[in-house]
Amino acid sequence: MRAYLLFALKRLLQLTAVVFAGVSAAFFISRLSPISPVESIIGRVSGNSSFSPQAIESLRSTLNELFGLNIPLHEQYFNFLGRLIVGDLGPSLIAFPTPAMQLVMLALPWTVGLLTVSIIITWLLGNILGGLAGYYQNSRLLKAFGVLAIGVQPIPYYIVAFLMVIIFGFLWPVLPISGGFSMNVRPGWTPQFILSILHHSILPATSLVLVGMGTWFLGMRSLVSNIVTEDYVTYAEIAGVKEERIVGSYVIRNALVPQLTALAMALGGIFSGTIITEQVFSYPGLGTLLIRAVNGGDSTLVLAVSSVAVIAVASAIFVIDMIHPLLDPRVKVE
Amino acid sequence: MLSVFKDLIRYNREFTIGLLLVSLIVIFACLSFFSPYPAQDIYVVIPDQPPSWQYWFGTNSRGQDLFWQLSFAFRNTLTFGIIVAVLSRLISITIGLASGYLGGWVDRILMFFNDIFVAIPIFPILILFYFVLRSDLNTYTLAVIMACLGWAFDARLIRSVALGLRFREFTRQAIFAGMSPRKIMMEEHLPYVMPIVFSTAMANMIWSIGFEVTLAVLGFTNINIPTVGTALYWANNHSAMVVGVWWWIIIPVVLLVMMFLGLFLLAVSINEYIDPRSRLRRMGS
Repeated sequence: MRAYLLFALKRLLQLTAVVFAGVSAAFFISRLSPISPVESIIGRVSGNSSFSPQAIESLRSTLNELFGLNIPLHEQYFNFLGRLIVGDLGPSLIAFPTPAMQLVMLALPWTVGLLTVSIIITWLLGNILGGLAGYYQNSRLLKAFGVLAIGVQPIPYYIVAFLMVIIFGFLWPVLPISGGFSMNVRPGWTPQFILSILHHSILPATSLVLVGMGTWFLGMRSLVSNIVTEDYVTYAEIAGVKEERIVGSYVIRNALVPQLTALAMALGGIFSGTIITEQVFSYPGLGTLLIRAVNGGDSTLVLAVSSVAVIAVASAIFVIDMIHPLLDPRVKVE
Repeated sequence: MLSVFKDLIRYNREFTIGLLLVSLIVIFACLSFFSPYPAQDIYVVIPDQPPSWQYWFGTNSRGQDLFWQLSFAFRNTLTFGIIVAVLSRLISITIGLASGYLGGWVDRILMFFNDIFVAIPIFPILILFYFVLRSDLNTYTLAVIMACLGWAFDARLIRSVALGLRFREFTRQAIFAGMSPRKIMMEEHLPYVMPIVFSTAMANMIWSIGFEVTLAVLGFTNINIPTVGTALYWANNHSAMVVGVWWWIIIPVVLLVMMFLGLFLLAVSINEYIDPRSRLRRMGS
């Protein structure tokens, strides 16, 4: 138990470091931007009406104060860190004056939901099929699956999602290709609404599963095909242990451990994939929000989305790392 | 080196297919040097012509011959991928070897940074860069940024190999012979990690080109430079699928998939070749 706590503490330290580094990078990169949110609001307000120069000047100083831009950069940075902890990064620009964090929090459940479900399906399906393919190396079906996995795996998310839109949107229009739920359904905890969400999430989730599964399948297949040559597997076979037991508890469980580590390491990339998938299917998540923010020149919102993305991914990695010792009793400490 | 190559072609079907696909794409990209039209000119041919003997890949709604346009696009995209691969390989070799050989606190600090780079989601950061640089985000700037973000995973791989080499007999001998750590790393250890460097270079190219295509398709790079991503961006921009100019989308996608598949097969087969167990299994069967 002590060892586990030490392990958890170490991971927690790492989580803090990752979040700190990522968030700081996001802050400094976004401050390099030549587009000032203040000037663009002034431009929008004073575009087709005439204000006195004094009024504009006072508007400018108010806005500067509102966005916290009237102080030196390092103070802005510390301010930013402080405000990030309380979850208030100031007003957004594309939906002024709605707080940027509020927009992010509205989008976050969609992304987290889509991501969690598709990752779990992808990882389990890919690993189980890959494990079976590694153990039963002569199965025709699993071999064919391997060829398919090799074919689909290297194609970027965007292309797969895009092909699915073409197929199910133009050639064979059976599934909704955009939005998170139907326009005519009122949001709420009604069965109708939940069904609508599920119906709309089929395509985005399927595209994520399709792209992601190949990696796990191939990784697991090669891991398992190495494990089956180990002496203890041969011994178990000779000793007459049931085949399901060998495959399930002896082979696949052993091979799952490195695959879990791989999942933690791949999470950042999977998250990026989700952002793209959301954009293709106009899914109302973080990705769509981020792209709207970039196109609208909204630096506060871009910063808010990036920071939340970094925190979310780092926390998810932390959670996976915490599961690790439960799956593999050998890893008490690294 | 040449015999390794021959072995791979003889015993490894995946390698041969991969090599064939990648060579096709490279030849296609090199054709752009003989293009009759400059890369960025528009309305040089009749728009919206389907593939025919005169226009092999058809022409797009911007009045460009898709064959030449795509060959420029693949040249730029391949160049981008190679720059990222080379730069990020340099970083990961340096960090990986230093971390593995020197060990101790150097290793701990380097791996601490390594873990941070592995965990940070790259796409939001790239979008942030576009947000700041706008159309200054051309192929080369993007390549440098991607290289700085994409070394971490492979550095850890190289470190794990270097870690094993550190206690081998020949390393000790080299130390007693008075070789400097830098020389040991560069002359003694580097050859051992080279196969990994090659196979991860392919994987890295898939990774970086994937990101480039995605960014460009969303319009988040300099859209006037022809790359595979910007080709798709313009096709979407002119709603090619809706107005029935299907070849504008299908052809680049098919070529792109060919390239990714080729690179992936190369990476996988080199990886398999490195592992003696799977190499023996293949040669025996």
